[in-house]
Amino acid sequence: MSTAVADNKPAAAEVVPTFTATLMIRRFDPEVDEEPRWEDFDVELYETDRVLDALHKIKWEMDGSLTFRRSCAHGICGSDAMRINGRNRLACKTLIKDLDISKPIYVEAIKGLPLEKDLIVDMEPFFDSFKEVNPFLMAGPVKGGKERKQSPVERARFDDTTKCILCAACTSSCPVFWTDGQYFGPAAIVNAHRFIFDSRDEGAGVRLDILNDKEGVWRCRTTFNCTDACPRGIQVTQAIAEVKQAIIKGKP
Amino acid sequence: MPEKSASNLVAEPQSPPKIRSPKRPAGTLYRGKEGMWSWVLHRITGVAIYFFLLVHILDTALVRVSPEAYNAVIDTYKTPLMGLGEIALVAAIAFHAFNGLRIILIDFWAFGAKHQRTMFWVVIGLWVVLLAAFIPRQLMHVFGG
Repeated sequence: MSTAVADNKPAAAEVVPTFTATLMIRRFDPEVDEEPRWEDFDVELYETDRVLDALHKIKWEMDGSLTFRRSCAHGICGSDAMRINGRNRLACKTLIKDLDISKPIYVEAIKGLPLEKDLIVDMEPFFDSFKEVNPFLMAGPVKGGKERKQSPVERARFDDTTKCILCAACTSSCPVFWTDGQYFGPAAIVNAHRFIFDSRDEGAGVRLDILNDKEGVWRCRTTFNCTDACPRGIQVTQAIAEVKQAIIKGKP
Repeated sequence: MPEKSASNLVAEPQSPPKIRSPKRPAGTLYRGKEGMWSWVLHRITGVAIYFFLLVHILDTALVRVSPEAYNAVIDTYKTPLMGLGEIALVAAIAFHAFNGLRIILIDFWAFGAKHQRTMFWVVIGLWVVLLAAFIPRQLMHVFGG
C-alpha cells in the first residue's frame, strides 16, 4: 500500500508521504450483534491526519456501515468524543502521529452511557443532568442602567468553565459515573460552576442546593480522569472542589 | 514537509503489526493516570482495613466472653503468616493515611488540585520510607525468634 509514494514521479513537487496504521474499532450493531465485537482496519494515512480522518477513510472507502458522530471536525461542536487507546479524546483533535502506530489504535465508544451503535452512545442521561443544574443566567431585572456590568476580574473568575463544549469526555471518564449513573457528573458541575461564580447571576443558591445532594458534588472522588480527558483543558476537578467549598461556605 | 520524521513513519510499519483482538468484547481498561490509580489503591486499602477492623473488634470482644479463647486467638497471631499479614496491614494503613491527607488537601487547599500529581508521588515516597523502616524490623521480629 505504501508503494503509492514511489508510484507517481513528480519532477519537483513534494510527495506527501503516507503510512499505514491499524485501527481496532469496537463495533456494535444492535440488529445483529448480541455483544460488541472488535474489528480491525488497515488505513493509509498522512502525517497530518487525525483519528477522525482515519474513521472517515474507513467509512467512505472501506466499510460504510461504520457509525460515529461528528460535526464541525475542529474541536468545537463536541460530537466525536470517544475512547482512543483507553483514554477519552476528541477524534478530531487527536493526531495519529502522536499515537504509537507500531501497535493498533484502539477506538471505542465512551463508557458509562448506553451504547447504541458502534461509536454512538445515548447522550440523553448526560444532557438530563446538564439541564438539572439550570445552565442559564438566572437574574432579576437590571438594577440601574441598562446593562449588567462586570469587571474583568469578575469575568476571569469563571472563565475556565465557560469553555465547555458538552462532549461528555469528562463525565464518561469518571469511575464514579460508570458505576453510578445517577451522579451529576463533571460536565454538569462545570456548567453549574460557570453560573455559580458569575457575578451577574443570582441563582447560585439554587444551584448549590441542587449539587449539595447525595448524587451531587460529594460523589466526586478526585480521580482527575475528567481533568485529563477534557479536550478544552478545563481544570474540572479544581472547579468541582470550588463548588464543594462554595457549598460549605453557603455562598460562592 | 519534514522529510526526516516522514521517512520514520513510512519505514516502520512495512510489516503490519500483529493484531490481537481483545478476548472479551468488553472495552479496554480505562487508562487513567496517577489520580485514578491512587483512588483505586485508596478504595482497596480502605476495604481491606475495614475487614481488619471487623475481625479486630471481634477478637478483642472475645475477652469478655472467654479469656482462654481470647488467649488462644491471640497466640495464633504470633505465627509468621500473621507477621507477614501485619506488614500488609501496615502498608495498607500507611498508604490510606498519607493519601487521605492528600485528598483533604485537594479538597480544602486552594492549590491542592493543581499539585495533586506531585502530592501523589510525595505520598508514595513517604510510604516507601515508612515501609523501609518497618519491614526489616518486623521481619527480624517474626523470624529472628
